[in-house]
Amino acid sequence: MEFMPEFRVLRPASVEDAVAARRDDPDACLLAGGTDLVPNIRRGIVAPRTIVDVSEVAEMRDIRERDGEVRIGASVTLAELIEHPIIRQRFSVLVQAASEVAASSHRQVATVGGNLCLDTRCVYYNQSEWWRRSNDYCFKHQGEICHVAPKTVACFAAYSGDLAPAFIVLDGAVEVAGPDGNRVMPLPEMYRDDGRDHLRLGPGEMVVAVRVPAADSWHCGYVKARVRSAIDFPLAGVAAAVKLQAGSLAGLRVALTGTNAMPLLLQGTEDLVGAPLDDDAIDRLVALIPKQIQPMTSTVTPPGYRRRVVANMTRTLLRRLSAEARR
Amino acid sequence: MAKAILTLTLNGRPREDAVSHNVLLIDYLREIAHLTGTKMGCDGGECGACTVLVDDRPRLSCITLAHSVAGKRVETIEGGARDGRLSQLQRAFHERLGSQCGYCTPGMIMAAEGLLRRTPKPSTEEIRQGLSGNICRCTGYTKIIEAVRVAAGDAT
Repeated sequence: MEFMPEFRVLRPASVEDAVAARRDDPDACLLAGGTDLVPNIRRGIVAPRTIVDVSEVAEMRDIRERDGEVRIGASVTLAELIEHPIIRQRFSVLVQAASEVAASSHRQVATVGGNLCLDTRCVYYNQSEWWRRSNDYCFKHQGEICHVAPKTVACFAAYSGDLAPAFIVLDGAVEVAGPDGNRVMPLPEMYRDDGRDHLRLGPGEMVVAVRVPAADSWHCGYVKARVRSAIDFPLAGVAAAVKLQAGSLAGLRVALTGTNAMPLLLQGTEDLVGAPLDDDAIDRLVALIPKQIQPMTSTVTPPGYRRRVVANMTRTLLRRLSAEARR
Repeated sequence: MAKAILTLTLNGRPREDAVSHNVLLIDYLREIAHLTGTKMGCDGGECGACTVLVDDRPRLSCITLAHSVAGKRVETIEGGARDGRLSQLQRAFHERLGSQCGYCTPGMIMAAEGLLRRTPKPSTEEIRQGLSGNICRCTGYTKIIEAVRVAAGDAT
């Protein structure tokens, strides 16, 4: 038998029961597809006494449309998201981003909520117990140093979800349920730039669904760089949404992943509204990136490469969307 | 130790076992059900060697809790052959030399079986995508893809 710590698994049938189950044990972990949590348990970086399995909670399992807005349950799998007719027809950026997550077998069980709440990752963190022990652990778990930036007191583990930037450029919001009731918040507000604690969710709170407004007049896309295109997490990923009116930009949103401890909505894009979407505008957009991102040595690929690749991917994606919008 | 009865259908037969909450599906299959055809490779959901089918979809048994498949249909490589006859896919892997050292083969065949159930006539690109989470360290991918094409009736 492989080593697994002791825990009990609860299987609530409703969101209410899931929230109640976590009220009894604030450190309880949520489980859906398990593609992030179970490897982390195996590596000893998470050791829950209670696991709350929300993969079968009916309210979190479907995709619904009302007045153009689409609500996607947090326990919808990536394969279901990719195959869903409404998503394929109207939110192709979500299909692009979800199709780039890990490999086909992972996507059969990995969920939308799981990808949005993905733990941050670092080459010094996602390692076996003996590897981390031999390196004196780190801030993110058990240790008192950041090996990536030893002079700082911050943790630079990178957020590596592919769906978050796509949902952010779609102006998505998350439905959150917790012991003090339910709330809806714009997706960027769910994150903070701290690798140790990157989710602004209160004790016992959980993501129940994502809401996306109609995006029919926008052209959106997602591109990603990774070491092995078959399976890896992003070294960096870029999502963009563009709206053109009479050849000029009427709206522009760009979001990045893999560069910080949170997915970033690029600031300053509103200054480009009104300008034609040409190479000059794209240059101005790309110039906004360097000061807002902070890739560190948290992957095997150097930060300088990730800076260059983000700029180049943004340029390529915007040219593609510009051509699409003019067609 | 939290323990519960796990009820499922394994290779077409209903089963019930008392299983601890923290047992992985691969350990249930290999050490409780004694089906050792499913292989442990990377031990972290990265190589695909442990792939089985759960309700017709590929699933990595080394990162799945056994109780997560309660009430579902689980199929392993042992479920392929009937009365001593290999399945079409197994025969294609055998005849087209899709198996070299053989360690990735059970996972490769189960992932391919899942693909063919969703997409009976896959393009080469769809086969590559469907098997992208399965690593062959002998690097025999060309023959593996050919075997899947042959099993799908694309006999070139």
